[in-house]
Amino acid sequence: MSSPVLAVRDAGFAYRGAAPVLHGVSLEIAAGRSVAIVGESGAGKTTLLRLLLGLNRPTGGEVLFDGQPLDLRNRARMRAFRRSVQSVFQDPYSSLDPRQRVRRIVSEPLRSLGLAGPDTDGRVAAALAGVGLPADAGDRYPHEFSGGQRQRIALARATVCDPRVLLADEPVSALDVTTRVRIVDLLGELKESRGLTIAMVSHDLSVVAALCEHTAVLESGRVVEQGDTREVLGAPSHPYTARLIASVPRLLSALRLEKHDG
Amino acid sequence: MSLLDVTGLSVVTDSGRALVSDLSFTVEQGGRLGLIGESGSGKSLTALAVMGLLPPGLTASGSVVLDAPGLGRTEMVGAAESRLRPLRGRGAGVVFQEPLTALDPLMRVGRQIAEPLRRHRGLRGAELRRAVAAAIDRVQLPEPDRIARAFPHEISGGQRQRVALAMALAAEPALLIADEPTTALDVTVQAEVLGLLGELIAEKDMALLFVSHDLAVVSGVTDELVVLKDGRAVESGRTADLLHAPRQPYTRSLVESARTFENALERITR
Repeated sequence: MSSPVLAVRDAGFAYRGAAPVLHGVSLEIAAGRSVAIVGESGAGKTTLLRLLLGLNRPTGGEVLFDGQPLDLRNRARMRAFRRSVQSVFQDPYSSLDPRQRVRRIVSEPLRSLGLAGPDTDGRVAAALAGVGLPADAGDRYPHEFSGGQRQRIALARATVCDPRVLLADEPVSALDVTTRVRIVDLLGELKESRGLTIAMVSHDLSVVAALCEHTAVLESGRVVEQGDTREVLGAPSHPYTARLIASVPRLLSALRLEKHDG
Repeated sequence: MSLLDVTGLSVVTDSGRALVSDLSFTVEQGGRLGLIGESGSGKSLTALAVMGLLPPGLTASGSVVLDAPGLGRTEMVGAAESRLRPLRGRGAGVVFQEPLTALDPLMRVGRQIAEPLRRHRGLRGAELRRAVAAAIDRVQLPEPDRIARAFPHEISGGQRQRVALAMALAAEPALLIADEPTTALDVTVQAEVLGLLGELIAEKDMALLFVSHDLAVVSGVTDELVVLKDGRAVESGRTADLLHAPRQPYTRSLVESARTFENALERITR
């Protein structure tokens, strides 16, 4: 296995004046892999993602980028980090500026990272094509697109600077199920075709099973179990993981019950 | 005669846009019907129209007849508020997706549950207190005394939804309308609330109109389904039949999408 591009080591975090929300969390995100952080509300999933994104500094332990501790004050190094690690969020309605054309939204990382140049339009067009949006999408505004298309725009923005890692916070939870299938397919395709590393926060184990190779289960700010997704979900060793799996509503169980009745 | 008879229901905006078009379905006494659809399908508006609760700017036409035992047959579409009020709670009770919208943030939970008990069953004093405790107990909330004294923000999301359920069931409605009642809940809490809902419905032989975007959830609690898309019924029938042999391409795509994820999980966990 290759060395982790991003890792947290024994990380703890407490918001100012509040009880800790993460305790001794260790997680490695190996290059080219897809990692899921699963758990229920309040488990600390989003906080962990914010540490990985360098938006918050852990109050204990450390975040490692290419093996080096992430130093939020080292600007040169943080620029390299921002270029390498991009993000998408749950709600494609609130994460896109409604007053800007899609072209300007998608090119934003290039501008803020000082990468804008004569090839900007070409890179935006390539990013839009890469997420399956038509070339003329750049001329339009976010409100002209459906929820799934907006999430594609957010993905185009996140991939326009050719990052190595995509951190995604519940990227498909707000989408209809038919759309969700297509966006999960797209994420898998971006991972395969570009070697993109994906770390995803999700409460939906089915999405995790469909997309992620490695799974870490968070409960009350602690990783209770992590490893290969097939092992964690297939043979959970922690009772909380087993309870999560048993709680997933299933079509098939409805069918089985129905057959029993008939 | 059916408990709920919806015929040719349409919901139109003031500017003339149809959000629900010519929708018909029935719910029998004790029957359990699901309305399934994706965002914009009109499923929640249908639930609101059935209760006569459409927001300003939307108008229902067609017919919604509620025939609850002891309350007489009522045409809900176009009925005056004074005619609808006695039906809400006893004829049909509602649970919404977000329990915080149903609960008064400034009123203790016990008093909120007492309200329908007082109004519909005429209970007072010690009898009312006992009924409140029993209602809290029925939805399997721990420490009924503490919950009764708590304000909504002092209890968890799952507990709030149980309180909302206790309020909706307090008047013992003939029909319970549940609009995405577990969508805002964590998956383990969702499983518990769905199990509870099924038990309580069966216990009182209540009818259920369950609105959801989640085929797996809705198929676990209903016997019949109406599939909605863009305000129209695409297909309807027995839940098991629709899952096994969807006839319409849209229903098929819904079932296949749900199966895609389920299979991914099943392959691992089997």
